[in-house]
Amino acid sequence: MSDHNYTPSSKFGKWFNDRLPLLSLANHLTDYPTPKNLNYWWTFGGILTFCLITQIVTGLVLAMHYIAHADMAFDSVEHIMRDVNYGWLIRYIHANGASMFFLAVYIHIFRSLFYGSYKAPREIIWIIGIIIYLLMMAAAFMGYVLPWGQMSFWGATVITNLFSAIPLVGEGIVTWLWGGYSVDNPTLTRFFTLHYLIPFLILGLVVLHIWALHVPGNNNPVGIDIQKPSKDTVPFHPYIVIKDGFALLMFMIVFAFFVFYTPNILGHADNYIEADPLVTPAHIVPEWYLLPFYAILRSVPDKLLGVVAMLSAIFILAALPWLDTSKIRSAVFRPLYRQFYWILVADVLILGYVGAMPAEGLYLLVARVATAYYFIHFLIILPVLGYKEKTLPVPLSITEPVLGGSPNLAGARIKSKKDLKI
Amino acid sequence: MSEKKTKRRDFLFTATYAVGAVGVGATIWPMIDQMNPDASVKALASTEVDVSSMSPGKTITVLWRGKPVFIRRRTPDEISEAKAVKMEELKHPEKDEDRAKNPEWLVMLGVCTHLGCVPLDQKGDYNGWFCPCHGSHYDISGRIRKGPAPTNMEIPKYEFVSANTIKIG
Repeated sequence: MSDHNYTPSSKFGKWFNDRLPLLSLANHLTDYPTPKNLNYWWTFGGILTFCLITQIVTGLVLAMHYIAHADMAFDSVEHIMRDVNYGWLIRYIHANGASMFFLAVYIHIFRSLFYGSYKAPREIIWIIGIIIYLLMMAAAFMGYVLPWGQMSFWGATVITNLFSAIPLVGEGIVTWLWGGYSVDNPTLTRFFTLHYLIPFLILGLVVLHIWALHVPGNNNPVGIDIQKPSKDTVPFHPYIVIKDGFALLMFMIVFAFFVFYTPNILGHADNYIEADPLVTPAHIVPEWYLLPFYAILRSVPDKLLGVVAMLSAIFILAALPWLDTSKIRSAVFRPLYRQFYWILVADVLILGYVGAMPAEGLYLLVARVATAYYFIHFLIILPVLGYKEKTLPVPLSITEPVLGGSPNLAGARIKSKKDLKI
Repeated sequence: MSEKKTKRRDFLFTATYAVGAVGVGATIWPMIDQMNPDASVKALASTEVDVSSMSPGKTITVLWRGKPVFIRRRTPDEISEAKAVKMEELKHPEKDEDRAKNPEWLVMLGVCTHLGCVPLDQKGDYNGWFCPCHGSHYDISGRIRKGPAPTNMEIPKYEFVSANTIKIG
């Protein structure tokens, strides 16, 4: 937390703060020294907080009108769309909000990958982030089941059946998850309960995520440790608040475009057909944000290994701070990593594309190559690169490349020699 | 550890932990087991189907325990085709005789053993069923021939209660 002691100016404030130091916390958050070179890729933390709050508020309102029952869920969603005042707006914000949430989280994750934000001493922030991401996927999946359309039903069937790949106990686990012998009313009611619970778990983890962030402070595009506060930092308020606010405004324009002009483009038409346990839609696809993992699942011809590969693709991220052996954080000073980074971005986009296509012919071949490359990137390229790569010289401070000197040269030099092995 | 002798107090600690663990387990189990199929779900465990109107080459789909069951009245050609398949060609070797006691009638769960979709009738490379989700091909005996599914489609417990009525479950 902040180094200086804060004393509220008013007598009541002091009295209150001595008993519950909320004002000290608020002061820490406004004065929090932030690297002054943070670019717009750093604004997605704030945008994600906005997304979470939006989902919670719209979700609470929807829960007032939605009925979690296999016979009534589909109709109650249509009731929201047609009868409830502004129901269409609230539901479209909630449904597209999920996509916007994932769009923002992917940018946030890939920003970390580019600037090495997951490296020491920020491993715990990163791992909490991965847990949040996992919970987001669980919440999104269960939320997609609630309208009880064809995609809801069959998506739930396919995803819960992933557990049947577990040897011996798999079938028992699936029956337990369903509360029956197929996806049915007991499945719907428990998914609704968990869908309601998970956002609050995420909220708690977000608090830990930010708390863990405020211990070492923000990483930055140069990727060096900076002294705080110093000429390399600015206070969070008003500098970062204004920048985050502007970025949020731009983001909301994109968000509003989807909500008001193409509210169904990210969904699937089959979900406007009520769930039918006797007919599987001809082409099942998950929501766009899960497609890369779906492609990995389908690219392996064995059921158990396919599930293992898909889960490994997510969990491998948690091991990233130890798989990436390079001491240099920012890709700005890693000419080779920078190229592999963009290849990985392309690889994930290709996986997403083939995940939406039928698993046959050329698509299947491309999916297999892209899946193999995904694991090669994390398991071979990153560990080896840390030893082989010739990195560029890292400046001692944020101001040094601009002004030639550094206001905190002495401190920065000692730190960087130890940390960066220059 | 070595210099410390086991005392009566250590025994008390261990005994307390053990009883505590049993208590925690006994409390958690109802919370876990409540998610398993309840009595009303289990009560729907059998279904009777009248098949008198089915001609050879026809398949009907009935719902049993929330899952589709395919009942196909097979033609003589299909029966000989199913019987002619060699065991070494099969990923999950099962004789057709063991899958269809009365070879004219194939009764099986219409659930793909990969991830639970409902395969389509009379499709795929083996003249049987084809799962549109991830591309598993089944033959006219419901045996997996190609694709990611690990096993043949399951045969539920069923019996002919009369010449024209099948009881599933």
